[in-house]
Amino acid sequence: MQSLISRPWLWAWLAAIAVFALSIALSGASQAGGLLYAALSFGAFAAIVGIGQMLVITLGPGNIDLSIPAVMTLAGTLALKAMDGAPGTALLGLGVALLVGLGCGAANFALIRLLRLPPIIATLAASLLYQSLAIWSNRGLRIKPPAALADFATGRTLGVPNVALIGVLLALVVWWLLERGLWGRWLLATGQNPRAARLAGVPVERVRASAYLSVALLAGLTGFLLASFSGGAALNMGQQYLLLSIAVVVIGGTSIAGGFSNVPGVWGAALFMFLVVSMLNAYGFDAGARMMLTGMIIIGIVIAANARRRRA
Amino acid sequence: MTRHSISPRKLLPLISFSVLLIATFALQERAMSYLGLNLLFNLTIPIALATIGQLLIIMVNDIDLSVGAFVSLVACVVSTLLVQHPWLGWLALAGLVLAYAALGALIHRFELPAIVVTLGMSFIWGGLALVIMPAPGGTSPEWLRALMTVKPPLAPMAVVAALLIAAAAHLLIMRSGIGTVLRGLGGNSRSVARAGWRLSGLYALTYGLAGVFGVLAGLTLVGLYTSSGASVASSYTLLSIAGVILGGGEFIGGRVSPIGAVLGALTLSLAGSLLAFMHISPDWQIGAQGAVLILVLAARLLFTRREALL
Amino acid sequence: MNTSQPVEAVVALRGVHKQFGAVRAIDGIDLTLAPGECVGLVGHNGAGKSTLVNLINGTLKPSRGEIDSHVTRGGRGSAIRSVFQELSLCPNLSAAENLRIAHPTLKGLGWRRRAGAEIRASLDQVFPGHGIDTDARVDTLSIAQRQMIEIAIGFAPRGGQARLVILDEPTSSLDAGIAEQLLAYVERFCAEGGTVVFISHMLGEIFRVASRIVVMQDGRVVAERASQDFDRDSLVDAMGHVAQHAPSADRRRDAEGASTAGAGASGETVIEDAAGLSARRGEIVGLAGLAGHGQAEALARLYFAGTSGWRAPRQPRMAFVAGDRGRDGVLPLWSILRNLSLSVLPAGARRGAVDRHAEATLGHDWQQRIGIRSDDLGNPITSLSGGNQQKVLFARALASSAPIVVMDDPMRGVDVGTKQEVYALIRAEADAGRTFLWYSTETEEVCQCDRVFVFRDGKISAELSGAEISEERILAASFEMQEN
Repeated sequence: MQSLISRPWLWAWLAAIAVFALSIALSGASQAGGLLYAALSFGAFAAIVGIGQMLVITLGPGNIDLSIPAVMTLAGTLALKAMDGAPGTALLGLGVALLVGLGCGAANFALIRLLRLPPIIATLAASLLYQSLAIWSNRGLRIKPPAALADFATGRTLGVPNVALIGVLLALVVWWLLERGLWGRWLLATGQNPRAARLAGVPVERVRASAYLSVALLAGLTGFLLASFSGGAALNMGQQYLLLSIAVVVIGGTSIAGGFSNVPGVWGAALFMFLVVSMLNAYGFDAGARMMLTGMIIIGIVIAANARRRRA
Repeated sequence: MTRHSISPRKLLPLISFSVLLIATFALQERAMSYLGLNLLFNLTIPIALATIGQLLIIMVNDIDLSVGAFVSLVACVVSTLLVQHPWLGWLALAGLVLAYAALGALIHRFELPAIVVTLGMSFIWGGLALVIMPAPGGTSPEWLRALMTVKPPLAPMAVVAALLIAAAAHLLIMRSGIGTVLRGLGGNSRSVARAGWRLSGLYALTYGLAGVFGVLAGLTLVGLYTSSGASVASSYTLLSIAGVILGGGEFIGGRVSPIGAVLGALTLSLAGSLLAFMHISPDWQIGAQGAVLILVLAARLLFTRREALL
Repeated sequence: MNTSQPVEAVVALRGVHKQFGAVRAIDGIDLTLAPGECVGLVGHNGAGKSTLVNLINGTLKPSRGEIDSHVTRGGRGSAIRSVFQELSLCPNLSAAENLRIAHPTLKGLGWRRRAGAEIRASLDQVFPGHGIDTDARVDTLSIAQRQMIEIAIGFAPRGGQARLVILDEPTSSLDAGIAEQLLAYVERFCAEGGTVVFISHMLGEIFRVASRIVVMQDGRVVAERASQDFDRDSLVDAMGHVAQHAPSADRRRDAEGASTAGAGASGETVIEDAAGLSARRGEIVGLAGLAGHGQAEALARLYFAGTSGWRAPRQPRMAFVAGDRGRDGVLPLWSILRNLSLSVLPAGARRGAVDRHAEATLGHDWQQRIGIRSDDLGNPITSLSGGNQQKVLFARALASSAPIVVMDDPMRGVDVGTKQEVYALIRAEADAGRTFLWYSTETEEVCQCDRVFVFRDGKISAELSGAEISEERILAASFEMQEN
């Protein structure tokens, strides 16, 4: 049996808890509720796109989706436009956002497969188009989400933010697929060695296509939720999620070399990333120091993970 | 000796650039002038330099996600430290180049994934830039401003600079002995090691050279804009990758073309300005870059297939 | 040779051993390479030829014994040059640029001109009228031209002088005319005092060029004579033969009796490909020949053409047993059980979920059946020895319901006892109607098959069946014999 200590997801969670405790120690217990709400809400957005990025990164070296921010923005923009603030249109908006995600994912994979482009360049080129599409359809108007939807996105159930509940639900679904599902086995096998997987009968092309569709779908959903949460779709709403989605995957213990996913780790890392920034904020560090520390954490984790791999 | 046959695939960067340039001239005759050309390509100079930096990294089968943040940091150093304390400024810039070289050695010594390490570095560079310059501002050193606004005879500064960058990068990477060894590193590092070279030293050199081009990009950027900010060049990361690939480079195998990469950077900036002349909404400016990228790569695939058939 | 004093030798090996872990790759070799001689080095797969080459050129250090040399050995500027079978040029550089990488003194302005002149001179010398553009990127040239460049770089002065050149299968991708140019040059080079070690599966070439032939087997030199003291038969004989002829032949005859009974009922052809490979239902078809002559590629082609990257039917058409475990078989991050069950999962899955109970049962069954030595199938696959990993890969393929099983040299690192068990298992499965395509580098295994295709240079050079299958016939078809 693997000992608990060697489980990489644990570290992300321990770090998140430690940082939370430190923040509370500074700001007092009265702030705990507010901090937890913010961490769970913003953590949820990072966790959902992070889980998508994780699926793609699990496919192995060279696989990455750079179009996440653009898909988020496009999905959020088009969904709000379709709803036009009218009541009772939330499901329509959700449908539009998911369709946008599905379409972008299909386009990404078509570029990878038909034009034989490396995923980096395919998703980069496509993201420029999505971004333009979003700018064009947004055109300075700022449509508010329907009031009921905005209330839902910012509200809580049993004290837990609704967006966090959605994030946890999605994490559970993906965790089940990876741990118990046939598709998960195929994905992990493909990521370890696509040639060996194909020779063992794994339909690697189908696995690849579904991973790229999933990440875009999750990005579309996140765009919809984030736009509803923040009262409208801003053109730069996805910006920070490009680097963040990769960072939470790496910090969460997923192998950058592929073939090893870690769903709970992504959630832990998403909370940690938010909490560390807010803690440094509380301790009076400025934005520059916060970024530098984030970078050092990422590099430190890569080196540590690498050392572990070498020992094994 | 037999003559080289030049394949259309190799000429693709030049063809795509020419097509866009001719279209621009057709739509807007005034662009075909000393001043027009300068306006058209002025802001491409730092991007072209950053693209050469990225090309060096891609040449050894890595990728650099920190180019944009690094150039921004250099710009911040140049527009503050280099103005106030020139000696300290130059020292800082030299230190940044050395840091890049050390990064290259580190990545290969421990076989780290370059994509994640440079992602982490992008936060560190960005953070440093914010520390140096919490809000956009600063000024350009006088000499730098003068250099970037010089008006050479015959051709405008932007064109001269693009030619200079392409020629220098071509000499360094394609013609010089050490450039050849570095390209060999991307092609077959085992054979380079077998020939008796120390690989970590070569990787450090490659990254160090990329750092030099990053510093040059930051210098020219400040000379042109006369001010800077912590995220002034953040779009360079993706633009530089796109430029390298557009210029005929490949992610694996050390197959790159510095001249092509400079043309690629120019093509991308033309794609944006062409729309303006076509009276198409500037909303599509970024999208046009994406479309050009996809079209050129589709054309490349077509040529590759045809060459394979021949 | 006028003297045999060790001082004169370019390289002298005395009692050299080389061990990789528990494997003895080189097991006590004494060998002296004198100026002016061309030594033909022959031996079967895994006889230790390439390890010996790497010891001579200084890439490897011996575990025991001494290697003396009075020329620069190893590093840049080495007077000992190796030309390898796998192409070791940088494909993105030109011929002249590739020379630069291996050349310590090409520096300064005009180095390209000098590099071009040196490589052209070397090419002109070895392959007069070659017509190679030395400024063209190597990946735009044909394989033969690349091989010629590699040989020319081996013989080029490179700021010094080549004293010993080791050629490992140098003619494998050259046509007869160009190969003849090389042989002629080797003779001239040796006549001028150079030394050549020549490794080839073309025995005609060895006889043509070598003054002395060294035969290796199991890391030892088993015969070493002047080449005129060998003839074709005595050389093939010296390369070694299978010790137990009789038992395997008996087994085959028994098995043949059984399988003809099955084949009589349903002997339809289930595989037929453009290269000429074919197999009938219930048949064990062997692929033989020297390693790297296109057998593995033929099998991979067959498998990829017969299966899809999009669909995973509950009943797959083919299953694959990898021999190169790291590249084609083992999923290193996974447990033994997960590695074993991968191909069977679609058959047992319900609504996309893996049936973990059935998976555990399957693992347990096969552990018993094939004897995987581990207390817990949950242990990582990498905790197993190579032979046991191989058993897992066998179980993965045999547990599936695929009617055709493709095996790419699957017995590497498997101990003798297990081999016998697996042979019996394969025979039983074949009698039940499964078809096996079996590439093996060990002649003993190939001799167990119903039909054998011998590969040479990527093509089928002979098809043997029934009583025709013998080590001699296979060896004869693996080595090109015609003299020109």
